[in-house]
Parts: sequence; C-alpha cells; structure tokens
Amino acid sequence: MTIKQLSIFIENKSGTLIRVLDLLSQANIQIIASAVADTKDYGIYRVLCNEPAKAYLILKEAGINVQLSDVFALTIDDQPGRAAAAVKSLSEAGVSILYLYSFLWKGRGVLAFRADAPDKAKEIIMLKKMMFLTEEDFK
Amino acid sequence: MSIDTTKQGSSVPVTEKTGEYFNPEFETLSRAELEALQLKRLKETVQHCMNSPFYKKRFEEAGLTVDDIKTLDDVRKIPFTTKQDLRDTYPFGIASVPLEQCTRLHSSSGTTGNPTVILHTAQDLDEWANQVARNLWMVGLRPTDVFQNSSGYGMFTGGLGFQYGAEKMGMLTVPAAAGNSLRQIKFIKDFGTTAIHAVPSYLTRLKEVMDQEGVDPRRDTKLKIFAIGAEPHSEEQRKRIEQMFGVKAYNSFGMSEMCGPGVGFECKEQNGLHFWEDYYIVEIVDPETLEPVPDGEIGELVLTTLRREAMPLLRYRTRDLTRVLGRTCPCGRNHVRIDRMKGRSDDMIVLKGVNIFPIQIEKILMNFPELANNYLITLTTDADNDNMTVEVELEELFTDDYQRLIALEKNIKRALKDEILLTPHVRLVPKGTLPVSEGKAVRVVDKRTVYN
Repeated sequence: MTIKQLSIFIENKSGTLIRVLDLLSQANIQIIASAVADTKDYGIYRVLCNEPAKAYLILKEAGINVQLSDVFALTIDDQPGRAAAAVKSLSEAGVSILYLYSFLWKGRGVLAFRADAPDKAKEIIMLKKMMFLTEEDFK
Repeated sequence: MSIDTTKQGSSVPVTEKTGEYFNPEFETLSRAELEALQLKRLKETVQHCMNSPFYKKRFEEAGLTVDDIKTLDDVRKIPFTTKQDLRDTYPFGIASVPLEQCTRLHSSSGTTGNPTVILHTAQDLDEWANQVARNLWMVGLRPTDVFQNSSGYGMFTGGLGFQYGAEKMGMLTVPAAAGNSLRQIKFIKDFGTTAIHAVPSYLTRLKEVMDQEGVDPRRDTKLKIFAIGAEPHSEEQRKRIEQMFGVKAYNSFGMSEMCGPGVGFECKEQNGLHFWEDYYIVEIVDPETLEPVPDGEIGELVLTTLRREAMPLLRYRTRDLTRVLGRTCPCGRNHVRIDRMKGRSDDMIVLKGVNIFPIQIEKILMNFPELANNYLITLTTDADNDNMTVEVELEELFTDDYQRLIALEKNIKRALKDEILLTPHVRLVPKGTLPVSEGKAVRVVDKRTVYN
C-alpha cells in the first residue's frame, strides 16, 4: 500500500541539489515528483522515481546520505475538495501527517505523504476504499 | 619544612597602606635584588620539593641534588613538569606536605583523562590572595572601591581567587558569580560597583543587556576598572570593551597549576603583564628544542613556583605561547613584562575561560552511531562574542523525519555541553563534506580575532 521514496540529506548550499539530480539523470532515472522544504542549514530532499532501488544504490555508492522510506500515495479525482476529504478521513481516525506533497499523475491527483501511524492509515485507506499508487504504476 | 613562613606584605595593615604599591618591599626590587631573592627561594623550593616522592624520584633519575642549584641559571638543570605528570600522580602524588596540612584543593574538570588537582595550605591561599591584592592595588583600586566578581566560583579559580584577593585588599566585594545579567546590572547600580572581574566575552554580553535595559554605564554606574582574563582576547577587543563602558580594562593571567589568577597582571601602562618574580621564575623556551629563547621572541611559558608550600611545581610547561616584552617599566616595577598569550603549543582551545581539548569533543561525538568519524570545530568571534561551531557528518540518513534530525542536533549539543560546559552550535552536514583525516586532520579552525 506504500511506495518507496528516496530521502536525501542535503546541505542548504548551492550545488548540492544539482549533484543529486545529475547522478539520477546519468543513470537514466525518471523523477515522478520531488519536494524539498526551505530550512536553515540542511534539509531532506524527497523523490519519487521510476526505479527507487536502483537510484538508492547509485546515490549510496556516490557517498550521498540517502534512505529508502515508505510513503503513501493516494490518488484522488482532480476536483476541488477531494484532497480535503482524504486528509479529513485520516485525521478523524487520529492519524497525523508528517509531511505531504501532491502532484498530477495521468489525470489524477496524487497525495504523497508519510503518516505517524502507518498501520492505522492502512486500515482507513482499506475501509474507506481509497485509491492509491503502487510502484508498478511508475514502471 | 623549608619554605619561609613569613607572610609577604602582611606587615602593614591594609588600612594604613598608602602609595602606589601594595607590597613596595617586593614590587620595587631592582633586577639584581629580585634575582638574588629568586635564587634564595629556588633553593628553598627545591629543598622543600624533596618531601614530594614525585620530585625526589625525578631528581634521583636526573642525578641532580639540591646542591647543584648554585645560580639562577641552574634552574635549567631541573627536568620539566607537565600536565601529564599532574594526571599521572592524581590526585595528591606531587604534594610536598602531608595532606592534613592542606586546607583547599582546586581541580580541573579532567575529562581528557584524570583531572589535575592543585593543593593549597592556608599559607598558599594567603600568598595567592596577596598576589591578587597586589594586582588590584596596582591598577588603582583601593579599600574604598566596590569589587564585583562576575566569574564562575567553585573549582574555577577565578572565583575564589579574586574573592580572597579583593577581600585582602580591603574592598567591599560582591561575589556575584557568572551569569544572570539583569541581576549583575542591578548589583552594579545598587551597590555602586566600581570594578568587575569577568571574562571579556561576558562583558560584551553584559553591555548588550545594559543597552536593552536602557542602562548607560557612563551615566548610571560608577564602573571604572575591569579585570579581564581567563580567555584569550586581542588588544582590539580590550579597547572595544574600554570604549563600550568608559572604563580601563586590565589583562589578568592565571592558571590553576600556579594557584589561579594573580600570577601576572597589567599595570597602568597596559604594556604587558607583570609576572611576579618574587613568586615565580619565568622562562620562555622553544617548545620544540626546550632551549631558552631571547627576550622578544615567542616561545612557551615555563613557570617555577617559589612560594608554594603544598604543591610547588618546578619548570611547569604551561603550553601558552608568549614572549618577554621587557624587564623594566615606568611604573617602577622591574618584574618581567610578558605579552598577552599568543596561542598554545598544544591543541587546547580556550573559550570563554574554559579549557577544551578536541579529544573531549571527539569522545562525545563517537557515542552517536548516527555520525561519521569526521568533525570540524570552528571558533569565531561574532559581535564580540566567541563561539564554537561543531560540524558533524551524518553517517547514514537514518530517518526520513526532519524533526528527528533536529532532535539529534539537540542531543549532540546537550552531550557536548555536559562535557565542555559550553553550548556550541552543532551543524549536521552530509557525509564527505568535511576535510578527510589523512594523518593529522585539521579539527580546529580558529577564526577568532584574538590572535591577529
């Protein structure tokens, strides 16, 4: 129910993002979505791509601080109010979202997020029959 | 016991003292008189040291006896004493008197191995106070002054050292201790404080708080003299502090191994610190060859105590780098003038009065499995405040949670604070960003303005 995301530790200074992007591009890895927050000294750059396991090895070999983490990627109709409804369902069940980013994928909206209580989040997604992406979808 | 127990400078009650000198009979000796006194006291000290199993063995190993000390230059025959010796003999192994004759000890934090312990007899404490009193008198303080000691107390010798010295001089003393700037300012105003002892970086902090509170030191206080020391500072910083407050700031040198503050102090000329040669033999040696360097050349300061009962130290290597500026002075004191400290001959960092070795920091960092082996300590002067930044490499990105990284930084900061007693800035950096350790890695970058 979750997909693999690359979490990359980067310093907040010019050139650090380019290094990561260059390495991924040289390996012909396609980025589906990515997000980085504005932070003081350093941050975590989060990437969904078509081949996360391969990307992980490449970055790791290049000496970059990288982690594979599991995130949910719910798909919703590209219409007003759908994101609110999805987040509300989770929130009402007591699941907190640690971070979230969204993007469009083949005409549908995607909410990529990490939950503080992943097992509980899975229950809600199943019970509410929410739609989600799997890694197969990116291949 | 062969140390002459006649107390110096106690013959005249402080209330009857007049003139420029606290101990005129010792402060104004000619060079020849001073050196004759030193030789006499060196012989006494060496004789007394034979009560110490440590020194007795040292002398035997060197094939040296008390009778070999015939001239002042013969001091060079004596082997050096190092901080390691103090650690190896922890806690009381160098003492030259039985423990029951001691009335106090001071100890270093000792986190790089055994701490160092310095023992004092009642007479040692009185002699120590006399040196501090002499210094404070020298810069113009009198029993009518109010002295606020904004220095850490406890094991840190700057607290009790200045306390007893200022009391001996007869001033009203305010043992304010370090920190709590609002309370410090209240004391300064309410008690009419005229003199403060503090580390220089704290005084700039105090001024910031005064500014916030709308207190003008020139208008609202009676401050006129500062004693500053225990952390390296430049002439520029001193001048800035003087201008900020409208006071005279005098540089103080001390080290717990010698007693504490009092060893050296600037006179009104502010042209080097007079090291009291009736109390110490002052040598400057090349830290590599250990041979004496000519006056004016920078070398390592080596001190021999001449009046210590409990724990005399012979040719103690201070690791401080400095030079002799002169042996005469318009103030009438011929005690050697030593330049402000120029650095260290080991890797010890002196920050805000605290002595820190990089190994202490390394030891703490190694307890965090999240971190790689490389680290870099950067010392900076930011707005007159000395700061330490410790950059550490992340070994593995162990989490996808930013808050966990923040928490890690906080934990490292707290662990370092427990160790070095100061709170450094801690910065996580990606693996591979810091200089790699090949042989002797650069662990410390000192960008402070002090040594310029």
